[in-house]
Amino acid sequence: MLGLSLAVPVAGAALIVLLRRSPNAREAASLVTAGALFAIVLRVHAAVSGGGRPSLVLAEPIPGIPIALEAEPLGVLFALIASFLWIVTTMYSIGYMRGHREKHQTRFYLFFAFAIASAMGVAFAGNLFTLFVFYEVLSLTTFPLVTHAGTEKAKRAGRVYLGVLLTTSIALQLLAIVWTYAITGTLDFQDGGILSGRAAGAVVPVLLGLYVFGIGKAAVMPFHRWLPAAMVAPTPVSALLHAVAVVKAGVFAVLKVTVYVFGIDFLAGAGASVWLMWVAAATIILGSLVAFTKDNLKARLAYSTVSQLSYVVLGAMLANSWGVIGGGMHIAMHAFGKITLFFCAGAIMVAAHRSEVSQLGGLGRRMPVTFAAFFIGTLSIVGLPPTGGAWSKWFLGVGSLEAGQVGLVAVLMLSSLLSLAYLMEIPLKGFFGKAEAGDRGDHGHDHAHGHPPGILRWSMAAIVTTAVGCVVLFIHPEPFHRLMTMVTGQ
Amino acid sequence: MSAHLPILQVVVPLLAAPLCAFLRNARAAAVIAVLASWATLAVALSLLGDVMSAGVISYEIGDWAPPLGIEYRVDIVNAWVLVIVSTIASVVAPYMITSVEDEVERRRIPLFHAAYLLCLAGLLGITITGDVFNVFVFLEISSLSAYALIAMGTRRRALTAAFRYLVMGTVGATFIVIGIGLLYVMTGSLNMADLAVLLPEVWDSRTVKVAYGFLGVGCCLKLALFPLHLWLPNAYAFAPSAVTAFLASTATKVAVYMLLRFFLTIFGAPFSFGVMGLDRVLLPLALAAVVTMSLVAIFQVDVKRLLAYSSVAQIGYMVLGLSFASVTGLTATLLHLFNHALMKGALFMAMGCVVYRIGSVHIDAMAGLGKRMPWTMAAFVVGGLSLVGVPLTVGFVSKWFLILGALERGWWPVAVVVLLASVLALVYVWRVVEAAYFRPAGGDEGTREAPWRLLVPTWVLVGANLYFGIGAARTARVAERAAEVLMTGVGP
Amino acid sequence: MSLDLFVSHYNYWVVIFLMMVGFYILISRGNLIKKIVGLNVFQTAVFMLYISMGKISGGTPPILVDPKGEGKGHGGAETVGEAAAEIVYSNPLPHVLILTAIVVGIATTSVGLALAVRIKEAYGTMEEDEINRIEAETEAGE
Repeated sequence: MLGLSLAVPVAGAALIVLLRRSPNAREAASLVTAGALFAIVLRVHAAVSGGGRPSLVLAEPIPGIPIALEAEPLGVLFALIASFLWIVTTMYSIGYMRGHREKHQTRFYLFFAFAIASAMGVAFAGNLFTLFVFYEVLSLTTFPLVTHAGTEKAKRAGRVYLGVLLTTSIALQLLAIVWTYAITGTLDFQDGGILSGRAAGAVVPVLLGLYVFGIGKAAVMPFHRWLPAAMVAPTPVSALLHAVAVVKAGVFAVLKVTVYVFGIDFLAGAGASVWLMWVAAATIILGSLVAFTKDNLKARLAYSTVSQLSYVVLGAMLANSWGVIGGGMHIAMHAFGKITLFFCAGAIMVAAHRSEVSQLGGLGRRMPVTFAAFFIGTLSIVGLPPTGGAWSKWFLGVGSLEAGQVGLVAVLMLSSLLSLAYLMEIPLKGFFGKAEAGDRGDHGHDHAHGHPPGILRWSMAAIVTTAVGCVVLFIHPEPFHRLMTMVTGQ
Repeated sequence: MSAHLPILQVVVPLLAAPLCAFLRNARAAAVIAVLASWATLAVALSLLGDVMSAGVISYEIGDWAPPLGIEYRVDIVNAWVLVIVSTIASVVAPYMITSVEDEVERRRIPLFHAAYLLCLAGLLGITITGDVFNVFVFLEISSLSAYALIAMGTRRRALTAAFRYLVMGTVGATFIVIGIGLLYVMTGSLNMADLAVLLPEVWDSRTVKVAYGFLGVGCCLKLALFPLHLWLPNAYAFAPSAVTAFLASTATKVAVYMLLRFFLTIFGAPFSFGVMGLDRVLLPLALAAVVTMSLVAIFQVDVKRLLAYSSVAQIGYMVLGLSFASVTGLTATLLHLFNHALMKGALFMAMGCVVYRIGSVHIDAMAGLGKRMPWTMAAFVVGGLSLVGVPLTVGFVSKWFLILGALERGWWPVAVVVLLASVLALVYVWRVVEAAYFRPAGGDEGTREAPWRLLVPTWVLVGANLYFGIGAARTARVAERAAEVLMTGVGP
Repeated sequence: MSLDLFVSHYNYWVVIFLMMVGFYILISRGNLIKKIVGLNVFQTAVFMLYISMGKISGGTPPILVDPKGEGKGHGGAETVGEAAAEIVYSNPLPHVLILTAIVVGIATTSVGLALAVRIKEAYGTMEEDEINRIEAETEAGE
């Protein structure tokens, strides 16, 4: 079952290459693969919910340190979200890539499938080493997607992307992993942590810091630069990978390390994570502030992601079960919210050729569904009912109080206000703004001023699905909540 | 037959060499070279198998009993190095046929193959022999033929590079002879196992310490430890591509083996680390090699030279492992001997493919090659990732043990330096990748993929990089046992 | 250091002197032929080291005097057999080793000279600084 979760996307990738002559067949293959993968992950979910821990050893590169897969609740949560949203994103891509007349579409679908396969590897990694391996593979496979446009700008962004991700992972994360091995003699994830009781003193906060910064995909400042840079990629990539799969792989890894390598009780007892709480809090606030200054819609969303990712990191650093539950739930909630926002941004780009916030005036009256979805997504990111985001913020708030950090509650409130301000501007402008903001003529696309070409139905279906998902998660958060309580053993 | 395997290991290539020279036929010489190389691999593998199961093999040449007679002594350490050298030889020899036809004058080709076989015989001889003076003789056999091989490069700078190497190499070899002579004065023996027994009695004497110094400097010259590496970059950059691939993955490895043998087997780990403080001498040198040479590599425009500087940095890793003075550190060194041979072999062979098609490895000339020579450049990318130490490649495995060794000693700054140097490696590999894949192609439109006769051997090594990266448990176990043998002195 | 020690080890001083001479020529001379000569002197110094240490004052050539004894040249003046006990043999092994080393030295010299000839053909000079200049120019021209 676990092997299939890796094999299916890879087989899908092979199909995609085989069917490259016929776009329809190729995209059908992509969709079928995504559907099959989701079905497999559901089966794994069923097994894990029943208390099972399916596992599989793939290879043994270093004696005693195998590449092994093992499904546990946190990984299942991540895999569920990534595989479900892959279906939706594929639907969206079909409309987007054709509407945008992108080149090299086969390469696009191919590496997309590879990226998902490595995300599955990250989700089901049975030990730190396996996690690290798939983490690196994920960086490498997403690189061709980031530089998809092939322009000078895309190449520069690609260099930043790979540079930051590989440098942090090799220089900090790998060091932390070998260090952990040197202390404990094992790299397996274990309930209650492998370091607890084996490490003490100043080693613990330093090691934790190496992990948090070394997992560059979590985009904790100052290692966040790659994320805005990655926005040159086609929008479906930004939507799935840089709002869900890649960045969530980062925060997921942080959560996993906190829970299964350190153990939250051990961390809370040692007080080793307090300084990182405040690093995360600073990232939350600073990310929001930078988002304010960005006029480019995707850049604004990227900084919003930087800020939101640190919610999950914060949840992990709180080192109590409320925080971990909140962090895990936030992986899910933010995924649905942010992917909706990116889908909308892409739709606006394809249909109206607008990429700057200041150009959006009055567009909402021509694209009501898109802007309505954007509104719902915004609510979820801010954390307002009736959207799923409310739950994760709630648990994070409780966790902060539990940890005795009232200041962090204030940070959460402030950040919510900030994100409300910088995101709500967009639907407001769309619905109530003036039709043409002629003051930014240098960005204007004259040919777009006619009636926007109807976005392909596929893309609209995707947008509606994820927007509805945000609301459904408010009403039915139990599946994810239950998985998280299994993690914390509450 | 199998009792005579140790001598066959050396004699096969040694006799094949004059055969090549006398035949005067390029094709026939090439076939002989390939067959002889494959024969050495078969012998080396069966020797390793024997040693793993039955322990040390001792072979008395001409039935003269050691310590008087010359003994070939195979333990797990040199069986391992024999396998490394002969593996690379077996892969490079078929590659050489096509590559050399392009780069060397036709009438010199039989002589080229003869020189190659002599070099191989020399390297295998250094590795297998249990007699220190014999080491010197084989060292000179391999070095002299290496000078000749390098001088056959297409550009005239190959000649000056070979001359410089000759001067430095001879000085190094002479230093080793001095060291051997002083040891003989003190003990009256040339047999390694015998020396290991006799030396502890005379540890205190100044002569032994001087001998230690001469041997150390001589070996370090041969293995190009920073700052004694000056001969290496030009020699590798201007030699024929196949020669670079062969020497880069074998000659320095054998020199490292020689160093380990002298310092750990003959003098013994207690003397090296306890009395002489070898670890404290080598550690800064190794770190300096790793950092400065990686930095220098970043600024090279000739890719072969870039890889040559990277080799000097990688040698730093091997010496670093030795300087940890622990089994883990030595395991890293021994693993990296093998792993670096695989990756550098693959990289230089990929560059040989490029030379075959476009005649240059200047970084600008390689612009856009990713499209035109996809297999060649893909090989380079995998080899490069291995050099950086990305997981699932062999490079990662050796880095893993190296960092583990550093942390075991509690030297975490060393671990940090190793990791940062990996990032530097990423930078210089990336420069080539960027030129090949992200720059528009210039120059000749008609550039095609290299012929399969070059690609197949290249990809064999690339495949080995991945195979031993994913399933390194076996190689790691052999290396670990070899490291234990070295640390504990002569085995039974 | 006493004069006695100095004089009694005079062979070492000769060796060290020769070695330094050779090394100095090797480093200071730009002419490739002179470099090879320097290398030769350097190597010869080492040959002297070996040969002189094999010689034992008053020792005879290692030819068995007592037909019944089994002479062992190895390891200094070891002898087996009562009759041969008072005979001191010189150690022949270093001499044999140096025979090999001389052959190696000749091979090195000939390869070096061959390279020097080729360099002369290719560059039109044997002076190292000239060659460096030409190389620098061609490098810049490329």
